[in-house]
Amino acid sequence: MAHRLNVLVCSGASCISNDSLKVKEAMLAEIDRLGLNKEIKVIETGCMGPCQLGPVILVYPDETLYKKVQVEDVREIVEQHFLKGRPVERLMYKSPLTDELVHKSSEVDYFQKQVKIVLANCGNIDPESIEEYIAVGGYEALGKAVTEMTPDTVLNEIKISGLRGRGGGGFPTHMKWMFTKNEKSDEKYVICNADEGDPGAFMDRSVIEGDPHTLIEGMAIAGYVVGASKGYVYVRAEYPLAIERLQKAISQAKDVGFLGEKIFQSDFSFDLEVRVGAGAFVCGEETALIHSIEGKRGTPRPRPPYPSASGVWGKPTVLNNVETYANVRHIILNGGAWMAKIGTETSKGTKVFALSGTIKNTGLAEVPMGTTIRELIYDIGGGAPEGHEIKAVQLGGPSGGCVTPEYFDTPIDYESLTQLGAMMGSGGVIAMDETACMVNTAKFFLDFTCFESCGKCTPCRVGLKQMYGLLDKITKGEGEEGDIEALEKLGNTIKTTALCGLGQTAPNPVLSTIKYFRHEYEEHIHDKKCRALVCKDLISYEIDAEKCKACTLCAQKCPVDAIRGQRGVIHVIEQEKCVSCGSCYDVCPFGAVQRLSGEN
Amino acid sequence: MEALKIHIPDNEQYRELGAYIESVRNMPGPLINVLHRAQGIFGYLPMEVQTFISRELDIPLSTVYGVVTFYNFFSMTPRGKYVVNICMGTACYVKGASKIVDIFKDELGIGEGETTEDNLFTLTTARCFGACGLAPVLMVNEDVYGHVDRKKVVEIIKKYRTLG
Repeated sequence: MAHRLNVLVCSGASCISNDSLKVKEAMLAEIDRLGLNKEIKVIETGCMGPCQLGPVILVYPDETLYKKVQVEDVREIVEQHFLKGRPVERLMYKSPLTDELVHKSSEVDYFQKQVKIVLANCGNIDPESIEEYIAVGGYEALGKAVTEMTPDTVLNEIKISGLRGRGGGGFPTHMKWMFTKNEKSDEKYVICNADEGDPGAFMDRSVIEGDPHTLIEGMAIAGYVVGASKGYVYVRAEYPLAIERLQKAISQAKDVGFLGEKIFQSDFSFDLEVRVGAGAFVCGEETALIHSIEGKRGTPRPRPPYPSASGVWGKPTVLNNVETYANVRHIILNGGAWMAKIGTETSKGTKVFALSGTIKNTGLAEVPMGTTIRELIYDIGGGAPEGHEIKAVQLGGPSGGCVTPEYFDTPIDYESLTQLGAMMGSGGVIAMDETACMVNTAKFFLDFTCFESCGKCTPCRVGLKQMYGLLDKITKGEGEEGDIEALEKLGNTIKTTALCGLGQTAPNPVLSTIKYFRHEYEEHIHDKKCRALVCKDLISYEIDAEKCKACTLCAQKCPVDAIRGQRGVIHVIEQEKCVSCGSCYDVCPFGAVQRLSGEN
Repeated sequence: MEALKIHIPDNEQYRELGAYIESVRNMPGPLINVLHRAQGIFGYLPMEVQTFISRELDIPLSTVYGVVTFYNFFSMTPRGKYVVNICMGTACYVKGASKIVDIFKDELGIGEGETTEDNLFTLTTARCFGACGLAPVLMVNEDVYGHVDRKKVVEIIKKYRTLG
């Protein structure tokens, strides 16, 4: 029997850490108490996208979107809305633009510019139920491929669709598949790269947690095309929920025969295994990932041979990212031409972006290729919080670069972003406002890539360390004339000489911040000034005597006893003792502690 | 150099690991899977455990050690009861995660990668949990804490001290 109401409770990682599962339990108990079990179905779903509003609850068929629901709110929702039909307005989403209540989730501005293909099921079905996936057309594409199409006709649809690798590189998917297909071998493999290591990217996690069967189906179709009977999903250890849901989904698919021997009574057999990473960023590089699956140190090796010729266990292997595979079933069901209609001349379909940083709406957003950075940041992301202004967005993580507001009208596709010195990368978009120091940000990325460098090739191992040393010097106020030029020279050399993608792209954050924010570097070097008040060694603290209420709170917190004064006597910081730790700034309830940089 | 003479005790933990190794013996490239399980059982991977794995899988100890030290996830030193893992991903960084690390260092009196004397806390950092919407974010064992600030740090430490 159909239920009167379907209540979708987001159980993406972000909502779970905001107690969405406790909310769900409370809701079930309340529904039970009122005897509404037969009328109302509560479903745990994957990430719905607007993580900022979590825990998020969506009620169908009304399409009511509740935000930030806590256990205390549950009784009111169940009694007022579910029983009496009066939605609880205080918990509904309000448009930040008009301050008006939004009655239907489809009218929420965050969703309006989005086109959901990859994320279509995320947040709409229970990721732990294969029946729900089948009910929305799941495994139809696999069935169609293996019973009605030849590997060549499937490959042709992928070619027509224009699908390119979503993991960052943007290599045409059909070519990868074709190369592997054309290899002669007794055994071939399909691998999914779910080692989503780019800080600031979490779309692969959300796809696996919210719709794991989509990935399985895409990989099985790839297996059919290239002639593989075995596949691996390499998931990073940091994603325990994704691993659990994927394993559950694989065993469900085996139980009903969508994985295993003679799928759909055809001659095609395909099996999948999950391999868990162990915390090494470089394993996102394909040859390093293959080594890691083989149980070895995850160091990359020179290519060729490419994995399509010699991949895991030395056999021909096709390797794609989660989001790439998640597109496959839609191409098979709707035809390649359907996807080719979406996007730009060179980049087809959609791309999922993870919005974070100093932006109002953080979360996942899927938009057609060709959407401008501005639309993504302002129309969907809502722009910076009140009183702040976005000065740059970082695209493509540690391999990418930053883009400044004058380029925000650039349409997002692989080529345009590369031209700007950034890259599509895996789709992390991090907004930065005036409180971010660009030199320090570059140093942060270099610290990351230095740490993650596997050490195999000299340009990356030694060169990045040298670049880091220069940046460290500059942020400590010890920068000298010529440092910027040295950074540029080193960066360009490493880009052209490093062995793998990690080293070849690691200088990008430095080079792009120098390109767009050279003045910040120069201020650090010449004026010993950090305008964002981030670089500790360039900041001093002073107490504004007008605002100080002589409460002694700052003096109590000061770890080096640098603050003079007592109750009733205005406090003063002794500059020679102060270590610029900022404790006083954090604790002062009156905002009397001022931060200064480059003013003496 | 003298060869490593390591005595492997016959106890429940080693029996559990031995049984797991048996179950994956025919799987190609099982080393990382075995190390994950071993760290799950022992909490860390001392030389003794690595020697056992090397013998059981017939993989040179140097290779086992090479893999253990390559990956961040594997640890050769014991961890505290509560591992405080602070996300240093970009989004968290932009929202002040390095300051959160400093606050923990101050409050616990230990550096990164170290464990408190009472074996209660180990302080570590990680590269992006993929919960960027909650930045700055940290995990204490499996529990996630979002939008962390100085006040919340103090509360978190207090909570786990009370739990003991």
